[in-house]
Amino acid sequence: MGRALLVGRLAARDLRRRPGEALLLLLAIAAATTVLTLGLVLRGVLDKPFESTRAATSGPDVVAAGPFADPTKVRALTGAPGVVAHSGPYPVVPALLEAKGHTVVAQTEGRDTAAAAVDQPKPIKGGWVRAGGVVLEAAFAQALGVGPGDRVTMKALEASPRKGGPPSLRTRGPGRSLRVAGVAVTAATPPYPQAACLANLCQGDADTGLAWLTRADALALAPDKNDVLTVLNLKLKDPATAPAFAAERNPPRDAPVSGSGPPPTILQPWQEIRDGSADIVRNQRRALLTGAWLLALLAVASVAVLVGGRMADQIRRVGLLKAVGGTPALVAAVLLAEYVVVALLAAAAGLVVGRLTAPLLTDASAGLLGSAGARTVTPATAAIVTAVALAVAVAATFVPAVRASRTSTVLALADAARPPRRSGRLIAISARLPVALLLGLRVAARRPRRVVLAIASIAITVSGLVAALSAHADLDGSNGVRAERLNDVLLVITITLVALAAVNAIFVSWATALDTKHASALSRALGATPQQVSMGLSTAQVLPALAGAILGIPGGLALIALVDPDKTTMPPLWQLLAVVPATVIVVAVLTAIPARAGARRPVAEILQSELA
Amino acid sequence: MSADESTLRAEPVLRTRGLAMDYGQGAGRVHALDGVELDVSNGETLAVMGPSGCGKSTLLHLLGGLERPSAGEVWVAGRRIDRLSEKALARLRRHAIGFVFQAFHLMEELTAVENIELPALLAGRSPGAARRRASELLEQVGLTDRAAHLPSALSGGQRQRVAIARALSNEPLVVLADEPTGNLDSGATLDVLRLLDGLRAAGQTLLIVTHDERIAATADRLITMRDGAFVEETRLTRGTTGSLGDLVGLER
Repeated sequence: MGRALLVGRLAARDLRRRPGEALLLLLAIAAATTVLTLGLVLRGVLDKPFESTRAATSGPDVVAAGPFADPTKVRALTGAPGVVAHSGPYPVVPALLEAKGHTVVAQTEGRDTAAAAVDQPKPIKGGWVRAGGVVLEAAFAQALGVGPGDRVTMKALEASPRKGGPPSLRTRGPGRSLRVAGVAVTAATPPYPQAACLANLCQGDADTGLAWLTRADALALAPDKNDVLTVLNLKLKDPATAPAFAAERNPPRDAPVSGSGPPPTILQPWQEIRDGSADIVRNQRRALLTGAWLLALLAVASVAVLVGGRMADQIRRVGLLKAVGGTPALVAAVLLAEYVVVALLAAAAGLVVGRLTAPLLTDASAGLLGSAGARTVTPATAAIVTAVALAVAVAATFVPAVRASRTSTVLALADAARPPRRSGRLIAISARLPVALLLGLRVAARRPRRVVLAIASIAITVSGLVAALSAHADLDGSNGVRAERLNDVLLVITITLVALAAVNAIFVSWATALDTKHASALSRALGATPQQVSMGLSTAQVLPALAGAILGIPGGLALIALVDPDKTTMPPLWQLLAVVPATVIVVAVLTAIPARAGARRPVAEILQSELA
Repeated sequence: MSADESTLRAEPVLRTRGLAMDYGQGAGRVHALDGVELDVSNGETLAVMGPSGCGKSTLLHLLGGLERPSAGEVWVAGRRIDRLSEKALARLRRHAIGFVFQAFHLMEELTAVENIELPALLAGRSPGAARRRASELLEQVGLTDRAAHLPSALSGGQRQRVAIARALSNEPLVVLADEPTGNLDSGATLDVLRLLDGLRAAGQTLLIVTHDERIAATADRLITMRDGAFVEETRLTRGTTGSLGDLVGLER
């Protein structure tokens, strides 16, 4: 008990002695655990989003749509071999929906208030259709920014055939104001903006929404029944046969399309609907997964930098502990306790932040599909995140502990366990440079591993930025929800990447300032001004940042090619060229404060402490 | 020599008036220096002795502009420095002051010659001129054959000789030495003493903080400190102290 208390007290004292360092360590591990939490939480949403929605809504195996005026062919499908259940047929009416400044074409399906055996959309907010109440498809509602209780206006639409293009649409009448009764998900059509174009009203790439009304309310919107379709949802004995079932009954692909007359009956298997759904999230998922990988790599670099930074301080402390009778086991226990406490806090922070951030990504990327999956932190997720955080802690403790057991107490006390590295060529080159560059180059050369980590950190971040710029360039000129969603995802990933890289840059700068405090003090005693020392410390960060930024550009382009080999969009040249100076300026600003603090430490105190 | 430099040389190289230094606050306040008055002439060698904690090193740091006094004035070559900015103090140190520390304080990753040339590079001298000066100084301290050695490959005495050479790199007005032989054995101490004696003979102003009476005996003047104040001042003559070679116990 006494021993545990001693270990706890020593660990707590050390953490309190360097609270800023402990906080940065916490932030770096928390960033990693947040990314991990996000990945685990999103996995459930993104891995099989359509399947989860399909299961939750008794999704159809085949959706058949035909003319409302002549539903015979559609109805006949209910008795086809292999069909075990069905719902419908339901009328589908084209309408123009106005809400909160948006005007969007919507196909309105007339449904029964009672639950259907096949394709029963699952309300995620509010309830199901009722007289005078409209239910909106979840992604559609999100894009419009409406929810239960809001009012929308629906106007009847009349489609007129047009040669060589989509039919022209005309509203008819003043429209009807309806209250939103609920927001629901379905697996009978891909979510907005990719909803299947059932009614004869598609306008090229224009987004089409889906709304449900009661049959009576839907039909009331259709003054001309020729514009109305009817939809039947079928369950097959073997869902895998759905494509064959549909192909047998669909008109040949090369059949001439008649501009007039009733539309043909079209069957759509669930596999097609699934592919359409995946298409919506494909880009977002690519962006998320790529971003998650980059963030994870960056987090590894962060922790490596942090552990390396603490090493020098810990070696000396280990020497002190051993000198006063501490055994290697006690030393290891103290180090372990420190990191375990930080890791547990980081795991908790990562779980909370990941949980809170996940909806931003899922709402922006998955829409309806995400809402069908669980976005909660399960015990398994919590266990994995905590285990990883602890693994990082143990891995981080291992090296200092081994070093402590191998380093002699005298060397450790003299702080000579980690002598600076020498690069004769760099020292010779730096002698020809202005003082700030001379100092900066020599400071950087003292710790090549740290320089490599700093370069890697910036290169990873710039790669991510270049990839984001490329995706943005790809979207240039695109309007609509798809572009908006991808932009949102890219923004979240970019901000997270930059934030983590910023923390990295600050810590590397701080660790360097601590590591070089003696050299800096000596330089000042020999005549270097605080400004020169400060600029030297900044230069030691800016030079790797410059290298990292330059490497990050081809890295980013390679990343784009890797993620999407079929379509590589180059960002504008000016953006690529601006990335390098922008990165250097940002790093210079970020490192200015630690560098300035490092250059203004009391010289006499530092030089005297060598004798203590 | 310019007129300004002539004026500077005529002034005491170092002067303090009412110099005081306190550390800490409230009940924990410690008076490290209390009303110190000091004049050091050009070419003089002054030894400062006293028990540990009496304020010797603090005095040296204040004279070199490494710390700022709580009260009083510090003048270097006729210029008051206790109110100068950090930048101005750094420039002053480049040209007017050379430091020699007990712990040597050499850059571990730099060779002997690179350590010696560093102050000249910081002062803006060309790499060639800095290297030539460093080579001259290495020869002066008898370490030409150790020019490319890292400090870790040098003995304590050799390190201190490199540190002394470094202190002379920019031909300072005064060399401030803090226990220069504190970490050295007798043989190395003798080497350093010979070097310091050579500097004194060459007219270099020296202020040496030391515990070692044998070093103090080589000075022109000896000041004894206790509790942050000067308690005794003795003017020595070289006739009475004799040459270094006669010092008992220092012969190899």
